[in-house]
Amino acid sequence: MCHTFPALTSDRSSRICSLLYKHGSSMASNSSGSDSSDRQRIAQQRLSVIAGHLQRPVEGNSGILAAECKAQGDKLDVSSERRTVPRRRQEIMKWNGWGYSDSKFLYNKKGQAEFTGKRYRLSGMIIPGLREWMESTFGANLQHKTPAAPILNSSAVQPPTLNEAFLKELKSTGIPFSHDAEDRVFRSHGHCLHEIFALREGKIGRVPDLVVWPNCHNDVVKIVELACKHNVCLMPYGGGTSVSSALECPPEETRSIVSLDTSQMNRILWIDEKNLTAHVEAGIVGQDLERLLNESGYCTGHEPDSMEFSSLGGWVATRASGMKKNIYGNIEDLVVHIKMVTPQGVIEKSCQGPRMSTGPDVHHFIMGSEGTLGVVTEVTMKIRPMPEYQKYGSVVFPNFEMGVACLREVARQRCAPASIRLMDNEQFKFGHALKPQVSSIFTSFLDGLKKFYITKFKGFDPNRLCVATLLFEGDREKVLQHEKQVYDIAAKFGGLAAGEDNGQRGYMLTFVIAYLRDLGMDYYVIGESFETSVPWDRVLDICRNVKARIVRECKDKGVQFPPLSTCRVTQTYDAGACVYFYFAFNYRGLSDPVHVYEQVEHAAREEILANGGSLSHHHGVGKLRKEWMRETISSVGMGMLKSVKDYVDPNNIFGNRNLL
Amino acid sequence: TSVVVLVVLRTASLKDEEEFTDILEERRRTTDLGYALRTFNPQPYKGAPYSSTSDLKKAVLESQYLRYIIALETGSSVEKVRQEARGILEEMSHNLQLGFIRLMAYTVNKVFKRLFRSIYVNMEGLNMLQQAIQESPVILMPNHRSYVDFLIVSFILFTYDIPIPVIAAGIPLASMKVVGEILRRSGAFFIRRAIGSDKLYWAVLSEYVRTIVRTGCAPLEFYVEGFRSRTLKSVVPKLGMMDMVLEPYFKGEVFDITLVPISISYDRVVEESLLALELLGVPKPKESTTGLFKASRVLQEDYGCMHVNFGRPLSVRQLCEGKINRSEYNLIPRDLPQRPSTEIQDCVNWVAHLIVRTQEEGSLISPWSLMACLLLQAPITTLTEEGLQWHGLTEKTLWLRKLVLDFRGRLNWPAHTPDSDVMSSTVALHHSIVHHKAGRVCLVQDGDPASQDPLSPEEGVMRTAAAVLMLVSYRNQALHVFVRPGILATAIHITKSTQKDELFSFFCFLRDVFANEFIFIPGRASQDFDEACSLLQKCGAVHMSEQEVTVLETGLEVLSFLQKLLQPFLDSYQLIFRYLCENGAHVFTEKQFLPAVQNLATKLILSGDLHTFEVLSSDTQKNVLSALRRLEAVTKLRAGLYITQKELLGGSIPTRFPLC
Repeated sequence: MCHTFPALTSDRSSRICSLLYKHGSSMASNSSGSDSSDRQRIAQQRLSVIAGHLQRPVEGNSGILAAECKAQGDKLDVSSERRTVPRRRQEIMKWNGWGYSDSKFLYNKKGQAEFTGKRYRLSGMIIPGLREWMESTFGANLQHKTPAAPILNSSAVQPPTLNEAFLKELKSTGIPFSHDAEDRVFRSHGHCLHEIFALREGKIGRVPDLVVWPNCHNDVVKIVELACKHNVCLMPYGGGTSVSSALECPPEETRSIVSLDTSQMNRILWIDEKNLTAHVEAGIVGQDLERLLNESGYCTGHEPDSMEFSSLGGWVATRASGMKKNIYGNIEDLVVHIKMVTPQGVIEKSCQGPRMSTGPDVHHFIMGSEGTLGVVTEVTMKIRPMPEYQKYGSVVFPNFEMGVACLREVARQRCAPASIRLMDNEQFKFGHALKPQVSSIFTSFLDGLKKFYITKFKGFDPNRLCVATLLFEGDREKVLQHEKQVYDIAAKFGGLAAGEDNGQRGYMLTFVIAYLRDLGMDYYVIGESFETSVPWDRVLDICRNVKARIVRECKDKGVQFPPLSTCRVTQTYDAGACVYFYFAFNYRGLSDPVHVYEQVEHAAREEILANGGSLSHHHGVGKLRKEWMRETISSVGMGMLKSVKDYVDPNNIFGNRNLL
Repeated sequence: TSVVVLVVLRTASLKDEEEFTDILEERRRTTDLGYALRTFNPQPYKGAPYSSTSDLKKAVLESQYLRYIIALETGSSVEKVRQEARGILEEMSHNLQLGFIRLMAYTVNKVFKRLFRSIYVNMEGLNMLQQAIQESPVILMPNHRSYVDFLIVSFILFTYDIPIPVIAAGIPLASMKVVGEILRRSGAFFIRRAIGSDKLYWAVLSEYVRTIVRTGCAPLEFYVEGFRSRTLKSVVPKLGMMDMVLEPYFKGEVFDITLVPISISYDRVVEESLLALELLGVPKPKESTTGLFKASRVLQEDYGCMHVNFGRPLSVRQLCEGKINRSEYNLIPRDLPQRPSTEIQDCVNWVAHLIVRTQEEGSLISPWSLMACLLLQAPITTLTEEGLQWHGLTEKTLWLRKLVLDFRGRLNWPAHTPDSDVMSSTVALHHSIVHHKAGRVCLVQDGDPASQDPLSPEEGVMRTAAAVLMLVSYRNQALHVFVRPGILATAIHITKSTQKDELFSFFCFLRDVFANEFIFIPGRASQDFDEACSLLQKCGAVHMSEQEVTVLETGLEVLSFLQKLLQPFLDSYQLIFRYLCENGAHVFTEKQFLPAVQNLATKLILSGDLHTFEVLSSDTQKNVLSALRRLEAVTKLRAGLYITQKELLGGSIPTRFPLC
């Protein structure tokens, strides 16, 4: 098995899966694009058929009526068998970690890091540099393991508090539901560190009492009506990738909590090629949406880092942002029409006009409402023809300051590529540690040569240099032109083009980093990322200050080893940028590592706010960042949101207590 | 925060018994030239890229801030204003050059070896400074008691391979031929005395200072007291420079700033005789190079030892934690001038006071200061005529030594030397003020040998005053140890009360009135009171219960000493209050006020109704005026013109003020 990263130069069939998944990574032979996509499709179909076989009816309430609901969908819905997310998520996903059960990092018998499974381009590969990086960065040691509880102990889960009247009427609707412990635990958390840490230790807190799987908008209407009638607390659940404690059940909630899992509402209902829009059920996850649209030659271009698992409804409810927003826009730019079911009824606009002056945009009550007002069921989204050509790239800068100056200039000239991201020195080194084993002496020789050129010949300090990764998209000629423009700007800031591989690896890292956290947790290392947005003139200051604050807080809190405290600029805007911080440390010797972690993250957020950063760029507020809402949007602002909540949901049926 | 302050005050003065090293000792053993040419290779601030003085100037002139201010200046063309700004910057800028540092070190070394027996430096403080300089921008904040201070810090840092500071100096120094230029090249930058409302000047200065702090290109040294204290007593800090220095932290442009209080104490101050004359209204000689050479006769004298005590580096971040909300700077571009909130202003004021208090705590009290305290409590005629009994003075001084130690003062009492030798060598060192013969100590009064005429009584008063004020200066060096218990002793003496709350309220009143005279950290009245109580209890002067403070028989000596120590201040303030109340004029000018008070005081001294000469000091008079303005009993109409607020001045303040 020889897996070098093929250059992704002139691939016509480039789709997101190509970056993510091995089965899509046949671009080595660029000319045979159609051939490879066929193979890919066949493989996927086979996979989902297998997944479908494995799916067993839940509690005897299989979705017979739901089928009717599905049947209401129109002809365009041809692909319902190929969905990624089954009702029983545990069949393919980890219950106490990130992502697919078959994919994880581990140290093999030789002590080498390896990524298992077959899904990703990194799957099955040896990553020789990871061990040393982990040991030197965190002082971690392979001898000191902190394994997770292997299986979920159902007896640790509190028996459900069921509202019998609600349950009875729910049964009569035929909408599938379950109060199986595994199903409930699966929907009781997102992916905050404390949530995963507790699961690994087998600690289970308050979990939903019931899970329901509506199959369509009308199912949701019924569920919400019943919930109102019987005063049941509803918590919408999409992809479960929240990192804001948004899915945590409020411990003070005494009513029966019903998790409304939208994952089965996953059809594209229609595609409007004249207006370039698609009408989609909100439970669809990113990879399915993109794959299905691709089949018709379209894409949304919305690619948040979590897109494998996160759902359209979740994006709307949290104001998500995608990697390629420079071309396609963020979710608020992509959405044309939203349908949401609230306790007061259904809210939607009467037409699909591209812009309206009809008072404050009611969509903006929905976007970012974080499940506190209702369930988003259907969304009309802009779509675009798939790009003809895609090209990765990277630029090495002598230091972070120069890199930021370059990004600023790119933003000033409004010539940002589909994606442009600047990693700091620590992250650059981290990226290097994740290089899989090189297949030939020639490649390693080339790497050595490149390194020599940059550090010795160009005089870059290996402890200061940083790298920007780029992704260009569009028609071939324009991409090449655009590429030249960006590289010319970079050169003015001392940037040297550093090849497509580096760029591509940078983006791949985004998808595997969540898996890496699980590896860290096996060896006393805990960490997380958080983000903000900030005006251009403060980017450097906020990066320096927040990183330094993290280091100082860790020291003050008794963390024995210096933490990894690193950042990257992941989005550029006219007036500022989005900055991502990664923070991880070795917690050996700490009695309550999660508490220490939370204190440090809290301090880091305080630092962000003091330095003019926002409370969140796209992760949302949830319950994790609620305490800062008032100072963020002012008391009047809070009052406005509160009054909307009071009108739409006076009995707090949507009682996840996020945001306010 | 009070706990923080206490911790800061206590820890800033390091350990009680710390090691001071005589740095001249090694200098005397090696050649001056060899010393001046030693390798100098300090570890700079890690965040600072190298920047030359011209880079610095360029950064200032091109700053957004300055451009904004220049654009605001109306009346002349932008180019003209820019030219003016450039001129100001040229006049101001330092031009630090290693060659001149060597020249400076060479000269200073020669001079210091001549003037001083030893220069003691606490190496632990120096080590901490060395560390701190690498971590964040460092502000060196010495007290200012003598011209000799000016280069001592640079001299020490050069000796110990620590980056040389740039130093804020008064513009008169710059105009000295040759010397001005040497100072400039040794790192001095020059600030005009009366900047007033010259906006452009303020802008250039503040941007210059902020740029130095922001870039951390060199440690910045400045005197927070604003000028050389003529009374050798700490001066209430000036906030202009402090504001500029802290702003980069408030605006998040640096992660932290380190403040290093430095306490410089002299056995004998080189310009002692000039100080008293200046205070009595004889103008100080203009700084000039020829003047400097004339002063070279001072080189013939022995000035004993000098102590330079580097305090524990203080993190501005830690000091300000919980006191301010930096997000107030988030809504206006940081390059634009913004009036800080009262919260920020209070914090700056608090920090400045804290620094001066820390300087006080770190300074060393010489035996001579103790003797001065005691000599001043003897009737003036005893001092000028028959003299004070040597034996009694020795005994009392030793008693006072114990009290100082009880009060946690830092004493510079030579170890391993018989007390009698310490006493006589101290008196010998200060032969210009007192002489000791036939078992008695008398005040030396400068005769004017040129004048044949006998002195008028008024001239006699001034002559005595000159001698007394010299003594007062040395007493002032010890005052900070006694002020708080002294005020409590005064409160006990005047109110004759034992009720704690009554004493506290009077304590606060006196603390308030004397806030221009002594350094009190704002907002710490009750802590000051508690400290006073605990010290008096510790030395056995009072007994404390929950509600009462009872004077003990054994404490009468201490209480009477303390009360007498502060009596001159009470008398002086009383006299000036009376003058203002009884003087018919409602409106008065500073020009009238100062001589009028001096005349009145002279009269009262001659008539035997006033027992202190201190009211003759212009410093006292100015302090009273400032205090009255602060208490709003006097209002400033315009420069030099004041109006009394009769109802206040005639009412609450003087009536509450003790007539004793």
